[in-house]
Amino acid sequence: MDADVDPTVAGPPSPGLSVVGSRPPRVDASDKVVGRARYAMDVSLPGMLVGKVLRSPHAHARIVSIDTRPAEALPGVFAVVTAADLPPIDPEDKRASGEQTFQDRTFASRKVLYVGHPVAAVAARTEAIADEALSRIVVQYEVLPAVTDVMEAVREDAPILHEGLRPRSLAGQDDSPTNVASYFEQVKGDPAAGFAEADVIVERVFRTKMVHQGYLEPHVSTATWNDRGDLTIYATTQGSFAVRDHVVRLLRLPMSRVRVIPMEVGGAFGGKNSSYVDGTAALLARKARRPVKVAMSRFETFQATGPSSGTVIRVKMGATRDGRITAAEATLTYEAGAYPGSPVGSGAHVMFSPYVIPNGRIEGYDVVVNRPAVDSYRAPGATPACFAAEQVVNELADRLGVDPIDFRLRNSASEGSEALDGTVQGSIGAVEVLEAAKAHPHYTAPLGGANRGRGVAHAFWGNWGARSSVTITVNPDGTVALLTGSVDVTGTRTSIAMQAAEVLGLPLERVKATVGDTDAIGYSDVSAGSRTTVATGHAAVKAAKDVIAKMCARAADIWGVPVDGIAFRDGVFRTTGDIARAFTFVELAGLLPDTGNVVIGVGNVDVGDWGASFGTHIADVEVDPETGKVTLLRYTVVQDVGKAIHPVEVEGQLQGGATQGIGWALYEGYDYDSNGQMLNPTLLDYKLPTMMDVPAIETVLVEVPYPGHPFGARGVGETPIMPPPAAIAEAIYQAVGARVCDLPMTPARILESLGII
Amino acid sequence: MAGKLLVSATINGEAVEFLCEPQQSLLTCLRDILGLTGAKEGCNDGNCGACSVLLNGRLVNSCLVLAAEVEGCDIVTVEGLASWQGLHPLQEAFIAEDALQCGYCTPGMLIASKALLDRNPNPTEQEIRSWLAGNLCRCTGYDKIVRAVQAAAQHLESSRRIERVAEKG
Repeated sequence: MDADVDPTVAGPPSPGLSVVGSRPPRVDASDKVVGRARYAMDVSLPGMLVGKVLRSPHAHARIVSIDTRPAEALPGVFAVVTAADLPPIDPEDKRASGEQTFQDRTFASRKVLYVGHPVAAVAARTEAIADEALSRIVVQYEVLPAVTDVMEAVREDAPILHEGLRPRSLAGQDDSPTNVASYFEQVKGDPAAGFAEADVIVERVFRTKMVHQGYLEPHVSTATWNDRGDLTIYATTQGSFAVRDHVVRLLRLPMSRVRVIPMEVGGAFGGKNSSYVDGTAALLARKARRPVKVAMSRFETFQATGPSSGTVIRVKMGATRDGRITAAEATLTYEAGAYPGSPVGSGAHVMFSPYVIPNGRIEGYDVVVNRPAVDSYRAPGATPACFAAEQVVNELADRLGVDPIDFRLRNSASEGSEALDGTVQGSIGAVEVLEAAKAHPHYTAPLGGANRGRGVAHAFWGNWGARSSVTITVNPDGTVALLTGSVDVTGTRTSIAMQAAEVLGLPLERVKATVGDTDAIGYSDVSAGSRTTVATGHAAVKAAKDVIAKMCARAADIWGVPVDGIAFRDGVFRTTGDIARAFTFVELAGLLPDTGNVVIGVGNVDVGDWGASFGTHIADVEVDPETGKVTLLRYTVVQDVGKAIHPVEVEGQLQGGATQGIGWALYEGYDYDSNGQMLNPTLLDYKLPTMMDVPAIETVLVEVPYPGHPFGARGVGETPIMPPPAAIAEAIYQAVGARVCDLPMTPARILESLGII
Repeated sequence: MAGKLLVSATINGEAVEFLCEPQQSLLTCLRDILGLTGAKEGCNDGNCGACSVLLNGRLVNSCLVLAAEVEGCDIVTVEGLASWQGLHPLQEAFIAEDALQCGYCTPGMLIASKALLDRNPNPTEQEIRSWLAGNLCRCTGYDKIVRAVQAAAQHLESSRRIERVAEKG
């Protein structure tokens, strides 16, 4: 636990909460239903130009030359930029290689590594002129063989993306170039002995495709400079400070010169932790000396923003006849895309962690391929790993003839138990979640028809804490202005304001929550890792307590009593001594202007202690044995959410997360041809679940409060994406006997598994 | 490049004239020329529904309509749903049921829902899901949207009943 977090506010939530746990309308809703909410796509500045990016048509090629002069000569074009416009890199600098890679992600300098890799950009008066200008830039390429398949990329004769790449953990042992960016191995106990002890062993290989977060608002950024050299960026991002730091590094600017204004975010899911066009807009705007807006199309968003890794995962698990898991083994091979950095470590961390397994071994490979570099997607790396491990757990239970939830309970992690990768579980609700799923009417309801089946899957996700900043300013009318550095991607303005209101003893209407820009509020990490309601909630509680302390001091001043003679309870400041005096919050707020300076509460935290989350899903499907079409009949999400600060928003997270997992299970996946061209870069061909594809998703919020949070909250957003593929796969198996090991589980895959085609 | 075209239309009850380029979509003109940024661009090829508007009472993807085509037409965007009396019951219901998260699909979802209720005042859940299948939402999992449309339909139905009673006097 970080020293900044007040330990006195920790502990189980007290009864008698008045705001936390209630269900108020979210504070951003009224602007969103009338079209008034301002997204980055809606930004318009006087004199603003249209910025557009020229992208590589090749999956792998050397850039021989770029001639931008024909574009520059076109009337209405104000700027053309390429890698040559980025700051020079000193080859003697030991960070040179890292900086080159960083710059190459914005504009390729020597090689393009995927179709859609940015090569140049233009700023023009209109979109039509910008398009014309792009078509006039002449790029000469020397096309190289490409590799987009992860298993082909690890072969010795595979085309090499990065000549300088050596596998990180094997450096020195083998000095030949490779596409394996890193490799790790974790061993616990004696795997061979563990498998020897098992009565049943299941081993399978699972394949999943690259998928996209599918946020409806593409990446877009508007940049404008003043003559002093101050840059302002209107961004769609999960972290305004992340954008600032990105642009500062790319253009080598002093941090104080860059102000990032986070706009409403049109969906993110991990895909807006990184910058794709903020630096481009800034560079164009500086050269054009005009504001520039760069908006990606859906096509560009698919081809050139970071999706989640496609994977190949081998899992082997063994159990005794009495239902005890004795050993587990996995090899995870994850696509990193064009640059190293797949979430293979995260997949390895979570896949066996719901269980206590005495022996095991996990290997992970991070492999570069000629596809866009991957980015985070809700529980990064975890969904494919959960799909693989949980299918094997289900198959073991099936082979042993035990109930799949009983089998999981028999092996469940609990507080203090050690996971296969050495993680020791803190206070968790794993058992409570499994028991709640087993007790849910869905689990025992009749399936009521032929070709129907039911499956369950279970998931662990660790969540996150990190840095958040909040200030609370008391207005003389007794309202307060709460400023947070955490971008609101899910409704966190509401859930953060609720926690402050609870501490201040105010109704929620008196707490106005605003997301501040980078000049207005202290550093806050990205809104990611299911951290915001938890960690920024810590910051809000700290700021609110600071407000109370300062107002107690003011009351003591006014009454002429020592400050330790003042108590704040139920929204009222009172003397604790013989002479009874009292101010309501509103009364004292009204006296502040005439009795001293403004009261501003500050809450800066670096949260190092947070609660993990477990979820169990139950899926019912019907499979048409002739067409292979899967219909979801019923779906239930059971999850340990700690204390639900805003239960309706929590339900929304569980429903939305599960729906993304359902899309991953049944519909979504990048398809490539042999030249590295994506075959389905539209929302027609890359199918997201529609309203017709999902049933009303039932949710059960199991509240096992986390003792390290003021109100017992746990992160809730990521866990629910993990179990759907395995739960649905098991339901399909129970329905028609097909064990599908590849995602998405399309009708064709199911017919293949049934041996029909 | 061809010259600009003058287009006259009624948008949210107001007579509007604007100049557009021949290739510009209705969505682009609403957003960039008329400042009506409620309709959103999610795909620009008619597959997400975030740009939904009513064109002479018909639900359309405004990204697939050329602005030059709307001469003399009546258009309703999300900005035209609320009246001086307050929010439309669908808007009230979306707030009350928490039928949105990021809100980017919400304008299109509301317009498509209005088009549904204008035709079918008491839709079943299946009819709602079928009608709104052209409007993608990546945040909510749709359940709360369905509930909001059902709640709005009920509200509108009871308003109509009260009106009928009042008429009978």
